[in-house]
Amino acid sequence: MTNPNGRFGSHGGQYIPETLMNAVIELEEAYNHYKNDRQFNQELTELFNEYAGRPSRLYYAEKMTKDLGGAKIYLKREDLNHTGSHKINNVLGQALLAKKMGKTRLIAETGAGQHGVATATAAALMGMECVVFMGEEDTVRQALNVYRMRLLGAEVIPVKSGTATLKDAVSEAMREWTSRISDTHYCLGSVMGPHPFPTIVRDFQAVISKEIKEQLYAKEGKLPDAVIACVGGGSNSIGSFYHFIDDKDVKLIGCEAAGRGIDTFETAATMNTGRVGIFHGMKSYFCQDEYGQIAPVYSISAGLDYPGVGPEHAYLHDIGRAEYVPVTDDEAVCAFEYLSKTEGIIPAIESAHAVAHAMKIAPKMNKDQIIVITISGRGDKDCAAIARYRGEDIHE
Amino acid sequence: MSNIQSAFENKKAFIAFITCGDPDLETTAAAVRAAAENGADLIELGIPFSDPTAEGPVIQGANVRALQGGVTTDQIFALVKELRSDVKVPMVFMTYSNVVFSYGTERFLSTCHDIGIDGLILPDLPFEEKEEFQPACRKYGVDLISLIAPTSENRIAMIAKEAEGFLYIVSSLGVTGTRSEISTDLASIVDIVRQNTDIPCAIGFGISTPEQAKKMADISDGAIVGSAIIKLLEKYGKAAPEYVGAYVKSMKDALR
Repeated sequence: MTNPNGRFGSHGGQYIPETLMNAVIELEEAYNHYKNDRQFNQELTELFNEYAGRPSRLYYAEKMTKDLGGAKIYLKREDLNHTGSHKINNVLGQALLAKKMGKTRLIAETGAGQHGVATATAAALMGMECVVFMGEEDTVRQALNVYRMRLLGAEVIPVKSGTATLKDAVSEAMREWTSRISDTHYCLGSVMGPHPFPTIVRDFQAVISKEIKEQLYAKEGKLPDAVIACVGGGSNSIGSFYHFIDDKDVKLIGCEAAGRGIDTFETAATMNTGRVGIFHGMKSYFCQDEYGQIAPVYSISAGLDYPGVGPEHAYLHDIGRAEYVPVTDDEAVCAFEYLSKTEGIIPAIESAHAVAHAMKIAPKMNKDQIIVITISGRGDKDCAAIARYRGEDIHE
Repeated sequence: MSNIQSAFENKKAFIAFITCGDPDLETTAAAVRAAAENGADLIELGIPFSDPTAEGPVIQGANVRALQGGVTTDQIFALVKELRSDVKVPMVFMTYSNVVFSYGTERFLSTCHDIGIDGLILPDLPFEEKEEFQPACRKYGVDLISLIAPTSENRIAMIAKEAEGFLYIVSSLGVTGTRSEISTDLASIVDIVRQNTDIPCAIGFGISTPEQAKKMADISDGAIVGSAIIKLLEKYGKAAPEYVGAYVKSMKDALR
């Protein structure tokens, strides 16, 4: 679906400083070589299966299905992966690629901390140095993950510039990369940034939809009617959608963080409130003001708290292949509690956005229809923040 | 010949960068005049952006202060129009792609033409993406300035061949900001540039002292200074133009 210049329709591209151009060209060449290399793919599959615990389960949520009284609901359990989220899929792929390229140091941005933890984990496993940039506000919201990264041997640098959240962590990681390229790979955590990142990250995450398709076929002998996943930058969702894009009868639904609502300024729903712009290396949709200044965004979820969205999602939106719906903090918190009580599964607050939308549409669907919800991560990291949201003052 | 090249005629150019609206537009106007009167051959006017990914802490700070003061692209256009009544040196805008794209590329560049802006520098626009803005730049006679970095290597010739106005050679890896030492082999880069184009090239990033400026201008056609000037604006605020003038004079004297 990518054209040679890294475009998805009019989106994507490589809007980065000249200093980084040879680095992304080198990365693209290496990726094009290794993606079809048998040994690389064997090593990656081995890491996926033996280290990360793939394939992840496709679990029939029977109680939830009966309770909602409509479509049959399956949960794609990316929360069961090693490190607790889908982020490990991309990180293992990129770390292995970086190692083949002779890089000895990984840098990464992180929002909720899941990508930072995954990168620190891969770096520890592969004997690489690791530096993670994290918005200062997020280091407070996700203190436990900061400790996990340090425990794994990574250096965590709190980013104080701008809004001190995910977008600023991305900016700071890009600045760091321009200052140290020869030994360093920027392990970008989502399907965003300059080409080839949106394609590379998508390909490593596409294992999610590949497995869903096979697992659901084994269980039900058919395709799902809808696949639902949360969208920040959009890596777990594009991974969940990818192998269904050509199956036109499968509805693809991305759930954006609406924060306090898309009619307020405290939102991170990029497709629903943003417009086309150029930022962080790509053309896509961004929350911005009339002069193109990137807007401060808000969501209860540190992982969805980003003012842009990956260019392939922007394209799927433009051509109407995928639908992007806003889900508020309140709806996500209710879904977080609902899934915990109903199925005994505590989802990441990010994933709870997808659960919330499924709760809205499942009752209106027929019992012979099937919804797959990607549970992109586990919710342990969010418990203290959700308790505070509900007025309980607990500390980690 | 574009107006920009007049800045390099028979001399080494001193290029001054000032972020518009830091701390306010009145001070910007006075600082631009002080720079021009004291020998700046070309002035880069920064249109602030919320997330300036190519800037170090000093210029990031200027962007934050300017935006907190509420400055907008339209106000900056009005400022330039007013400055053009008496400031004759070439002036170029330095900003980020989204500021131009979001304003409407065509509308942005036609306004640049109307108010007397000679060039546009976008640090997040590499050679491969310049078609995004080049057609409108051509149409309105605004030079789209290309950058060359220490990592450009095999790309230098390609970039130089299509360069317009002047070539901006980035002295060091990393972001903008003053540096005590510049270790890149810039003479080799300039050699390749000279083999591929006749347009002038100036070196920027990390230059703050007259000695550094002279050293850079000796191997190229000029020196670009940003963070050192922004530090004066940060330190002296509304009183900064006088200090900017004196600083520009000391730098220009070193290049004479």
